[in-house]
Amino acid sequence: MYTQGLDSLGKDCLGDSAAESAALEARFQAKIDAEEKIEPKDWMPEAYRRTLIRQISQHAHSEVIGMLPEGNWITRAPTLRRKAVLIAKVQDEGGHGMYLYSAAETLGISRDQMMQQLLSGAAKYSSIFNYPTLTWADVGAIGWLVDGAAIMNQIPLCRCSYGPYARAMVRICREESFHQRQGFEIMLTLARGTPEQKRMAQDALDRWWWPALMMFGPPDAQSKHTAQSMRWKIKRFTNDELRQKFVDVTVPQAEYLGLKIPDPELRWDEETQHYRFGPIDWGEFERVLAGHGPCNRERLEARRRAWEEGAWVREAAIAHAGKRGQRGVQAA
Amino acid sequence: MTRTAATVEGAADPVRAALLRYVLRLGDTSLVLGQRLGEWIGHAPALEEDLGLANIALDLIGQARLLLTYAGEIEGRGRDEDALAFLRDGSDFFNLTLVEQPNGDFGRTIVRQLLVDAWQLEVYEALCASTDRRLAEIAAKAVKETRYHLRYSAGWTVRLGDGTEESHRRVQTALDELWPFTVELVTADEIDALLASRGIAPPLEELAPRWNARIDEVLREATLQRPADVPYAWFGKQGVHSEHLGYLLAEMQFLQRAYPGARW
Repeated sequence: MYTQGLDSLGKDCLGDSAAESAALEARFQAKIDAEEKIEPKDWMPEAYRRTLIRQISQHAHSEVIGMLPEGNWITRAPTLRRKAVLIAKVQDEGGHGMYLYSAAETLGISRDQMMQQLLSGAAKYSSIFNYPTLTWADVGAIGWLVDGAAIMNQIPLCRCSYGPYARAMVRICREESFHQRQGFEIMLTLARGTPEQKRMAQDALDRWWWPALMMFGPPDAQSKHTAQSMRWKIKRFTNDELRQKFVDVTVPQAEYLGLKIPDPELRWDEETQHYRFGPIDWGEFERVLAGHGPCNRERLEARRRAWEEGAWVREAAIAHAGKRGQRGVQAA
Repeated sequence: MTRTAATVEGAADPVRAALLRYVLRLGDTSLVLGQRLGEWIGHAPALEEDLGLANIALDLIGQARLLLTYAGEIEGRGRDEDALAFLRDGSDFFNLTLVEQPNGDFGRTIVRQLLVDAWQLEVYEALCASTDRRLAEIAAKAVKETRYHLRYSAGWTVRLGDGTEESHRRVQTALDELWPFTVELVTADEIDALLASRGIAPPLEELAPRWNARIDEVLREATLQRPADVPYAWFGKQGVHSEHLGYLLAEMQFLQRAYPGARW
């Protein structure tokens, strides 16, 4: 009901004349330029709404799919403290998925619709979660690198022009930075542990480094959405800017851990005061996005199975609520 | 039906030995159930249930940590929570057999949870008044968590029992199949009796009717049939388990076993 109301609101406000619509659009952009937030009931261009739905739902899906590779180690966490911390982390990710689905719902799409888009393969999610977690060190590497990269991406989103998304991100970023520290702490423990543990940590870095760099998306020259998203202040920095920031922050951390970044071309550039890094294999990125990563099939299969096997539970909950409602009416 | 617990007989301090065993029973029960619930996270019927089950798992692991730490102290051989969780074999685990049963579908997980939650609630409520101060403190924390767990599992039992024909059938089957494992929840052995006589643990014969009443109330609302009592019983709390525990431990203990002595 609420979402339909939003749709009609958009159409009514569009008005008949092109001049009127141009005026609305100008007012909308002026608001954004003045750093004011756009709220669900405000008029917004259809393309802005669509862009946000795509971005927020992808983000929500990434949180939900992201529960799987780490969840893979809950039953095998090496200590009770690590087990508890990992459960809490995976639970936080589910919570992030929920706020983000709610934020997207304010734009006129339902959680069920988004879920169907995910399960049918129509919606995308972060390519990183299509890589396997083979050892305990991968749990550390995901926290350190993947959550680290996510924070780089997400901190600017706290200032995103769309109010509900920006507010969701404030809370999410706080939790992500906690996760990142926990991941680093796992890596540190391994790096200072036995030779076998250190080898485990290096192997995880070797496997996660390049996919983590790919998380920032295609290079600016090839990024379809960047320019418009920056005008709308959905995005504040380009993919390449954020990637560079991530590399600059992470390389010294790897050195502190005594681990080697798997990039023979990596070096400090005095002139630019940045690390220069080797070429990213965008062919791999495209393949993973197209569904041909190591775990794409398994990840979606796990979500579909959970959805299908849970159908009878959801049906029962609805049936029971119906019965209760009816009894309430009869009693009244 | 009782068996003799070897550690009690011949122990220099039988009450202390019984206390150790009892604390391990509680700790292992929370640990194994938390481990089982951990298997669900990311695979539940709805995101809300992923979070709900994760919450309960977290509480249970937290209880296990407190209880196993205390057990290690009573034992006095320098074993901490992790040494006890990861380096004991199955016959040295004293959890209720019920909690090691596989998750099955969501309905089975919920029924198992209901049966244990109602039991833990009775136990922890009573332990708040234990003459053992440490146990009373742990119980005071756990009882609050367990009230919430029971609200969750009872709520779902009712929804599923009184939901659709399919959901009713599924949870009734789960209840019938899990029921035999409840015998040891309410059947006292020598350890239970000894600790009850010292005011350390509640007498199970007093706890049993309250547990039964709680369960009956939920089953009535859920339109489920209470299964008939069965003659055969399992006694995980005496270290005699079903086949499922070995696999659960193999998975849980893998890293500590594969890399002896490593710190994590």
